[in-house]
Amino acid sequence: MRIYLYILVMAGVSYAIRALPMTVLRKPIKSRFIQSFLYYVPYVTLAVMTFPAILHATQSQISGALALIVGLAAAWLGADLFKTAVVCCAVVFILEFFV
Amino acid sequence: MDKKRDYLQGVRDGVPIGLGYFAVSFSLGILAKNVGLTPIQAAVMSLLNNASAGEYMGLTVMAAGAAFWEMAVATLITNARYLLMSCAMSQRMDPATPFRHRLIMAFDITDELFGITIARPGYLSPWYMYGGMTPAIPGWAVGTALGTLAGSILPLRVVSAFSVALYGMFIAIFIPPARKDKVIAVLVALAFAASWLFSRLPGVSALSDGTRTIILTVVLSAGAAILFPRKEEEAAGA
Repeated sequence: MRIYLYILVMAGVSYAIRALPMTVLRKPIKSRFIQSFLYYVPYVTLAVMTFPAILHATQSQISGALALIVGLAAAWLGADLFKTAVVCCAVVFILEFFV
Repeated sequence: MDKKRDYLQGVRDGVPIGLGYFAVSFSLGILAKNVGLTPIQAAVMSLLNNASAGEYMGLTVMAAGAAFWEMAVATLITNARYLLMSCAMSQRMDPATPFRHRLIMAFDITDELFGITIARPGYLSPWYMYGGMTPAIPGWAVGTALGTLAGSILPLRVVSAFSVALYGMFIAIFIPPARKDKVIAVLVALAFAASWLFSRLPGVSALSDGTRTIILTVVLSAGAAILFPRKEEEAAGA
């Protein structure tokens, strides 16, 4: 029972965080600073979360590093979400045969 | 706006996300089992939360048997980036879109669904996002449940390979705009460097991953917004 209460607290807080700005900010923000800030936020967040975390996601840091490099190259050359993800997985899967 | 076309495009882009979620939530399920959750409890947790770092944090709070208010604070901090994403999304909503769509879209603001939804030009399409949610939500919940049920069966190397899927998707979201916009390219490089530094520096490295992510996101994005403000039409249509 206590576990379900924990889950409810988590779910309530998570939803409030996600729904408040979406529902409260009904009008466009005029400030150029805030507009620019919000434009940069997603890319910075994702970049921060990717590195160095990817190095510790795998059994060896080398395979994580190589997955990162190959993933960056693949995305740069135009691979979409799925292809980039598959390429990263394949690098780790193959490399960890040897490491 | 063509609802059906948007929805189907969302499903197509959501399939790799759902598969990635399945793989990643599998490892979350293994942790849930160790904390003592049943597969059903783990599935309910994932169904209602849709947050990797947030649920990971939640499980550690459960394992510690901490108070409910501590659970609330931990969730708030780990998931605070969704607040920023929700702000960004609110600015891209068509004023003519019925209010209920905001309530439903908010339910599944995740790194990936936010990424693909905001990457499309013009006003956000609720139907595109619902398309993305269709494979993503079950992928996340079923993966967690199966991880709890059978986590230790898969060889370590397979789990290891699966776990980079999520990062591959992140990369595929920030690289295309970085290729077009030098400011974003430099920002990504700075984010990598700063994030690495933060994980090493004494004191700062003791902060949780979620807190470090928030601090770096706010500081770097604000810096870029001051030094390189977007032109109005760019900011609105980007």
